[in-house]
Amino acid sequence: MKETSYAFDLLQKGKRADDREFEDFRKLELQTGIINTAEGSARVKLGDTEIIAGVKMNVGTPFPDTPNEGILIVNAEFTPLASPDFESGPPSEDAVECARVVDRGIRESHCIEMEKLAIDPEKVWAVFVDIHIINHGGNLIDAAAIAAVAALHNAQIPKYDGEKITRGEYQAKLPVVHKPVTVTVCKLGEKLFVDPTLEEEQIVDSKLSIAFREDDYICALQKQSAGSINFEEIKKFIEVAEKKSKDLRKKIWE
Amino acid sequence: MGGKKSDIELLKGGKRTDKRKPEDLREIKMEANVVPNADGSARVQFGNTIALAAVYGPRALFPRFMQEADTGILRTRYNMAPFSVVDRKAPGTDRRSTEISKVTRLALSPSVLLDDFPKATVDVYMEVIQADGSTRVTALNAASIALASAGIPMRGLVAACSCGKIEDTLIVDLNGLEDNFGNADMAVAMLPDKDEISLLQMDGLLTKEEFFKLLNMAKEKCLQIVEQQKSVLKKLYKVDKEMTE
Repeated sequence: MKETSYAFDLLQKGKRADDREFEDFRKLELQTGIINTAEGSARVKLGDTEIIAGVKMNVGTPFPDTPNEGILIVNAEFTPLASPDFESGPPSEDAVECARVVDRGIRESHCIEMEKLAIDPEKVWAVFVDIHIINHGGNLIDAAAIAAVAALHNAQIPKYDGEKITRGEYQAKLPVVHKPVTVTVCKLGEKLFVDPTLEEEQIVDSKLSIAFREDDYICALQKQSAGSINFEEIKKFIEVAEKKSKDLRKKIWE
Repeated sequence: MGGKKSDIELLKGGKRTDKRKPEDLREIKMEANVVPNADGSARVQFGNTIALAAVYGPRALFPRFMQEADTGILRTRYNMAPFSVVDRKAPGTDRRSTEISKVTRLALSPSVLLDDFPKATVDVYMEVIQADGSTRVTALNAASIALASAGIPMRGLVAACSCGKIEDTLIVDLNGLEDNFGNADMAVAMLPDKDEISLLQMDGLLTKEEFFKLLNMAKEKCLQIVEQQKSVLKKLYKVDKEMTE
């Protein structure tokens, strides 16, 4: 099947259907604050892929092992509206993986100052990041990570008087201090490329998602796809991801 | 995988909570064919972490729409027993086990050769019955032995090892405490005979230098682990010297 694919043929020749270089991302569009019922939100368009991330906040009880910290919950919904391949029902493996990889990029970069979300010994803020796929055009994890982090940077903490939350009124910005960016590097044969389209994604040998913080720390890694990666190649994967994460960060925040 | 703050001292005078040096593995025990009903099975223990794996197949795959006309498929299930952790875990699938089921499948698939089994499935069931960190790699090591003992054609065994960081010290084979309270943890699986990485996951904060160092540490340990896997498998096929002579 792979061999009969148009994208496969082109990639072999060093080309892509949309004329991009191997290390080019598709056109990225980012809007924040697009959902007024949410505490923070972002819409990301990356080529044909469109994702909306919304942040909602509630007051909850802290987890017993982190009594002085807020709670972060990241969820992804691959709604049947977004692709003929998505079905309704419980979240698929891919949706769960997407949510968990995005979650790690945020959590491990210490992007949110979780200690500042403690209210009193019994109460903390719970931050829910919901990722909604609107159209699946490939590279969901990178786009979802951008949407989630952008929505967090856009988020405000609702007004809370110790008993009740007043929705629509805010007391402060959500303390978000880092800018993690995830880049998935794909391999087909000897070639490495980024930001796969749906067609390209279906034929890659292997994929590695790498989250970088602005101070060059790696904060999360996840190998996807069935193919393996040589030890020698890993260096190249990391190099490409680091470079592209810097480019993306510039595009998103400058 | 964790990374919470704690008052527990994970490193004391260069020694870890279980008295190991940073580069030491825990005691590893491996045994093949532990589930008589299965076509292949194994039990692997890394310190206090115990995982079982059983392989069923190649066998007919239903429902039919899941069948592939030109190859067999690999399915995996990773599960933790409710009693495997200190605070009882709710039984059944959760997000973590869903993800691990997926990544372990991807970790094993570069190894297995299923082209000769069209429309069939090879099912790998992994059960963690006692958990003290590094459960996914322990389960993978068991799965690899189970696949080989089931006679599934393979390009090579898959060996797996966890590694991570406590403050500035790089360590291998994380125990439960280190998993929860360390600064980074990484799971690596590879085909040692092919020098290929088939599973790579990390969370925490690492510089590039630390990452490459850790990857090499994990590789070295995988080379060690695969030898033990091979010796367990060889024992299954003891050659009777008198018969061959």
